[in-house]
Amino acid sequence: MDTQTKGIKAHLAAHMRDFGLLFALIAIMVFFQIVTGGTLMRPVNITNLFLQNSYVIIMALGMLIVIVAGHIDLSVGSVMGFVGALAAVLIVHYNMPVAVTVPICLIAGAAIGGAQGYFVAYWRIPSFIVTLAGMLVFRGLSLWLLEGQSVGPFPKSFQIISTGFVPELFPASWGEGLAMLFDARKFNVLSFALGLAAAAAVIRMGLQARKRDMDYGIESEPAGLFWTRTLIVSAAIVFLMFKLSTFRGLPNVVVTMGVLIMIYAFVTERTVIGRRIYALGGNEKAAKLSGIKTERLTFLAFVNMGVLAALAGLVFAARLNTATPKAGFSLELDVIAAVFIGGASMSGGSGKIIGAVVGAFIMGVMNNGMSIMGIGIDYQQVIKGLVLLAAVFFDVYNKNKQG
Amino acid sequence: MTTLLEMRDITKEFPGVKALDQVNLAVKGGEIHAICGENGAGKSTLMKVLSGVYPAGSYDGEIHFEGALAQFQGIRDSEDRGIIIIHQELALVPQLSIAENIFLGNETAKAGVINWHEANQRTSALLKKVGLKESPTTLIDSLGVGKQQLVEIAKALSKDVKLLILDEPTAALQEGDSRKLLDLMLELKAQGVTCIIISHKLGEVRYVADTVTVIRDGRSVSTLDAKAGLSEDQIVRDMVGRDMSDRYPARTRRAGEMLMEVEDWNVWHPEHSERQVIKDIAFNVRAGEVVGIAGLMGSGRTELAMSIFGRSYGRGITGTVKLHSKEADVSRVDRAIKAGLAYVTEDRKSLGLILDETIRFNTTLAHLEGVSKGGVLNANAETKVAEDYREALRTRTPSVFQKVGNLSGGNQQKVVLAKWLNTSPEVLILDEPTRGIDVGAKYEIYAIINELSAQGKGVVMISSEMPELLGMSDRIYVMNEGAFVGELSADEANQERIMSLIVNE
Ligand SMILES: Nc1ncnc2c1ncn2[C@@H]1O[C@H](COP(=O)(O)OP(=O)(O)OP(=O)(O)O)[C@@H](O)[C@H]1O
Ligand SMILES: [Mg+2]
Repeated sequence: MDTQTKGIKAHLAAHMRDFGLLFALIAIMVFFQIVTGGTLMRPVNITNLFLQNSYVIIMALGMLIVIVAGHIDLSVGSVMGFVGALAAVLIVHYNMPVAVTVPICLIAGAAIGGAQGYFVAYWRIPSFIVTLAGMLVFRGLSLWLLEGQSVGPFPKSFQIISTGFVPELFPASWGEGLAMLFDARKFNVLSFALGLAAAAAVIRMGLQARKRDMDYGIESEPAGLFWTRTLIVSAAIVFLMFKLSTFRGLPNVVVTMGVLIMIYAFVTERTVIGRRIYALGGNEKAAKLSGIKTERLTFLAFVNMGVLAALAGLVFAARLNTATPKAGFSLELDVIAAVFIGGASMSGGSGKIIGAVVGAFIMGVMNNGMSIMGIGIDYQQVIKGLVLLAAVFFDVYNKNKQG
Repeated sequence: MTTLLEMRDITKEFPGVKALDQVNLAVKGGEIHAICGENGAGKSTLMKVLSGVYPAGSYDGEIHFEGALAQFQGIRDSEDRGIIIIHQELALVPQLSIAENIFLGNETAKAGVINWHEANQRTSALLKKVGLKESPTTLIDSLGVGKQQLVEIAKALSKDVKLLILDEPTAALQEGDSRKLLDLMLELKAQGVTCIIISHKLGEVRYVADTVTVIRDGRSVSTLDAKAGLSEDQIVRDMVGRDMSDRYPARTRRAGEMLMEVEDWNVWHPEHSERQVIKDIAFNVRAGEVVGIAGLMGSGRTELAMSIFGRSYGRGITGTVKLHSKEADVSRVDRAIKAGLAYVTEDRKSLGLILDETIRFNTTLAHLEGVSKGGVLNANAETKVAEDYREALRTRTPSVFQKVGNLSGGNQQKVVLAKWLNTSPEVLILDEPTRGIDVGAKYEIYAIINELSAQGKGVVMISSEMPELLGMSDRIYVMNEGAFVGELSADEANQERIMSLIVNE
């Protein structure tokens, strides 16, 4: 074997997890695209896919941090439902303005997360127990708030949190021209332009990271592999955004989500506080003896989770245009599954934001694809369960093999 | 004597590292065979190959045991053949009792029901054999490292052992305990058990070994006959590949102005609040001074250090810590660090490092302020810091992006040291800084200590190795049962005086 193919093989083996995840997502998308006869990738469905999964992804960001810190949060589904209910009651029953309700709801989320984090961090009660209690408490409280009824509808200004679209910035004639060119009914130039920009950014950042690695003599990815991966990712972005542009353009919630993903990826990978969270999850005692305030950090991880669960609750309520006592039911399982599929370790200390996001998309595409195919909810659960198990098994198997 | 074990041309590679390169090892039945070599030479890896931790096929070469080719797929296979390994990192379950640990996976059960009476009886017999006076129902948690080691051996003896492998069994032990363990090995040898021992303590190697195999950089360089009288210098020469005349670098003493004063220090046990662990301790460190703290295992030295360092141990703490004659706030670890203290923990794996992370990650962890601006990390600055320490401390690793868990013990210790040097402390408290470290690396660490004191920093060194304390300290406090029982200057101090201070109490 010549050295080049050997390099590629070694690199693939060492980064099996990252590549595996990416290819799994692509394979799943291709699979459902074929078996649904092309429905999966229809612009309207892609728009739906984003809307349907936005709240799972938003919560997965917080869950990743909680799991990296060595904990778990079972209450997020309930908290999300509770905050949605709170928003509905405030807006619909008390006529409170949206601009006041939204901050109140986010603060409520922070308080809920803080209360749970307090018991976990300062009283050292296992997070599993505390958040299991939280799950029951907030499920009950949403029922009580809503008095068992659905409350709605919301005013337009609230709905746009989810269902609004970013307004077109470019002249209408551009859109018309491009629509003709691509043989589409309409064309949103802004989303397509953003897609191109995002793809360019991915390539640029990849090249920068690669150059840095080389400068430090870190064994970097073989060039062929790097370009394959980067081009697939950027092509996928452009493709998806193209699809969105031929429908109604960029949903607001995709922008929120994209910004949050970037912020959290940055915080976890590039900041002092992010570093400390990984240290805390990796070895709490050593982290503590290195001067890290482990209790406070744990507490903050839960506060953050509470805020994101609240945001997800608002997004969800806005999308359904009503708050129901069932909202968020068992959603915590999807969120946790997404994080583990994305490669986080149960014992804490490892996992990446981007992994959790891809994990959430894998779950989302499967949900969506299976629904289109008309597979019953019973089989859907079985299949999702097996996929989760397979992903984690793959992880453990790889780790063992590397010894 | 016949050859019991032969390992031929063993080669084992990890990504980026060739840990073993055609190593040969021949062990005769009934002997004690020592393996010596610097940190990272490949000793532990060789033993892991032998015991099936790295299964057949994951390495090149052949293992012949009792004359037949052995291809172990896992530890179970090698154990079935009577090869028992006691790893460098002890592997007992802390929440279980001695008896439960000894029979773990090997329970004395009938139809799935454990016969505790029999288990406890057999455990008692085994404990007697290894000279451990504890009840079989004692929890491992409550035992010191030395006793845990004996439990590990008792566990090995509970199986049908033909070849017992001990990877640095005495690294964490006091001299008295080490001697007991070595005598136990000699006794086992008399009963026909063959032993392989890995140790950096060459005095011990000379005491027990019949044959010594030296490994350097993943190659077996020599096999020495120790029965005919072997000098430590001979072993060292093969280990490091050159002559090494001095074990301690020359040190010029210069005690400057007062740096740290600890007064009326009292600490109570974190769980049993009526038990006072540290009693009225007062001591001081001057700039440029190396102050040793001597004492037996369990005398409270680590507890003293940890209670000072951000109250990381104990409760009800009273007393003052002064730095430059001003009272310092050491009530939390981050404050203690800011005040100028650093504490290199005794147990580097569970308290000092994050094993799954890289050298770079660990090096900067206690002082992230130094490599960040406005809370944002600067990757280049981090790499530079890690690289600088790698060079300064001569840490052996292909790159600072290696996982710390993959480093050998000595190199891990250097990473811990780097982490604390990076906080630019004024007083550095070192708790067993050379545990499990080879002679060459020890010398390097001593040299670093000297350099720090030359820069006017104060060093407090806790060590169970008497020669090291005597060789390095300017002043030695002797500690026993939570109190200081004496103070000796370097000229007054010797092993006998220290021991007599401890015993007289
Ligand atoms: N799982 C692993 N992955 C990568 N490298 C490894 C792994 N295990 C060991 N190494 C490397 O192999 C070499 C030999 O390590 P080993 O632990 O056998 O040394 P050692 O002789 O036992 O040292 P010490 O005296 O410090 O215990 C080292 O360079 C180490 O970094
Ligand atoms: Mg070793």
